[in-house]
Order: sequence, then structure tokens, then C-alpha cells
Amino acid sequence: MVIRRIAELLEAEVILGEDKLDMEVDMAFSSDMMSDVLAYVTGRTVLLTGLVNEHVIRTAEMVDLECIVFVRGKLPTQEIIDKAKENGMVLLATTHTLYCTSGILYSNGLTGIGRRK
Amino acid sequence: MPLIAEVFPVEKDDFVTAGEASAKIKRTLKKLGVDSALLRRISVCSYEVELNLVIHSLGGTIDFQVTQDSVMLLVKDRGPGIANLELAMREGWSTAPESVRMMGFGAGMGLPNMKRNADEFDIKSEAGVGTEILMKFRLK
Repeated sequence: MVIRRIAELLEAEVILGEDKLDMEVDMAFSSDMMSDVLAYVTGRTVLLTGLVNEHVIRTAEMVDLECIVFVRGKLPTQEIIDKAKENGMVLLATTHTLYCTSGILYSNGLTGIGRRK
Repeated sequence: MPLIAEVFPVEKDDFVTAGEASAKIKRTLKKLGVDSALLRRISVCSYEVELNLVIHSLGGTIDFQVTQDSVMLLVKDRGPGIANLELAMREGWSTAPESVRMMGFGAGMGLPNMKRNADEFDIKSEAGVGTEILMKFRLK
């Protein structure tokens, strides 16, 4: 699914990366625990999270995540946005909850990461 | 002789710079043209271990070495050591305080995640002394 479609479905605000909205992602992963992001994320994945701090960006950098959706109306600080910009990321923000954000994307065909063996 | 050898000091409770050593390691390996899937595994391990030093140790070092055919991360801390290594290697078991969980860490995934992502993983720890972790990754 292209990021532009994700933004439309979630009625999300594009905080950063307007020029990268045609980038594709294959899966989504929802979590407020960055430890779990490090343990689960592979491939071209969009992260859905209600956690807003610089560690989210650092974690995303480590696992090559290029798109983050902040849920529940949470907005990143300028410092966080700057750090994401250094890494060429797309940042979106939606007022939906994490559960609803996940449900909207899943029901529109964006699958999740499979169960770990 | 290693092609690259660098030692990164990591301090206890330094959440502001946490991850900078791993970001440098990742950039260095990317420049060397390391395959992206392998690079991700190495980055996850270095970031997990760097966070462990910040969260759990009294401070320590990450010794990063690259040879023709491997990448090595040798991590040593100044204590306090792990009381029960078997429990520490179990997914979901964590001694991290609530303040660390609020930042999104301390899910008890760190050590098992390192073991899963490294080609070789070895941990030695003595309560009251310190912990040493060796991780190796094959480049070929």
C-alpha cells in the first residue's frame, strides 16, 4: 500500500515527507514498546504507535522503518521531526486510537507481520 | 588485523545519547556495502546491547571490529552483573524500572533478540562483577 493511501484512510496529517507519499509499504506493526519493534519488524513496514519520543526515531532507524504513524492525536516535537528528517522518514499523525488505526488499515488490505516462530 | 576497530564508551542512564554508537556502527557498515538484511540484524544487536548498557549497567564499552569476513561486537560493563542469566535470557522477563518502560523499552526482549539475530552469541556474567557479551556476524 502506498503511504498516500494510508494517510487518506486515516485522515492523517502529514508532518514530514510530503515528497515521499508514493513510497510503498508491505506491512504494518502496532506497538508502544520499541523493544518489540526491534524484535519483530522486518521488511518494508509502517509503524503505528502512540509513543512519541526520540527513541522511536532511533529504533526506526535501526530497523530501516521509513514511515511512522503517531496515533491518538499525539504530535512529535520539532526535535523529533528533525531527527526523522535526517533519516529521510515520513511522519503521519492521526486522531484514531491504535486499535482503530490498525483495524482501518487491515480491513483495507494492509497485512501485519506474521507470528514469530 | 581488523579493517576497522573502534571502541564506543556507553554511560549508565545516558538516554539522551543512547543509540548514537549504534547509529555510527550502522553508517560505517553501510558505507562498506554490507547487505541490508545483515545490516539490520547487526543494528538491532548493537542497539539492544547499547540500551542494555544504559538501562542496566554501571557503564561499559562496545568494541566494534570488522575483518574481511566478519563483524564483531564485544561488550563489557563495569557491573553489576546478572544474578540469574537463565531468567535474563527468557523473553518477556525484565528488571527494567517503570521509567524505562515509559520510554518504550524494558519488554524483556533484549538478550533473546540479540541471540536470535547474531550468528554467534556468547554471554558471561558474574553478579557483583560484570557482564561480557560477544556477538559475531558472518560477512560471507
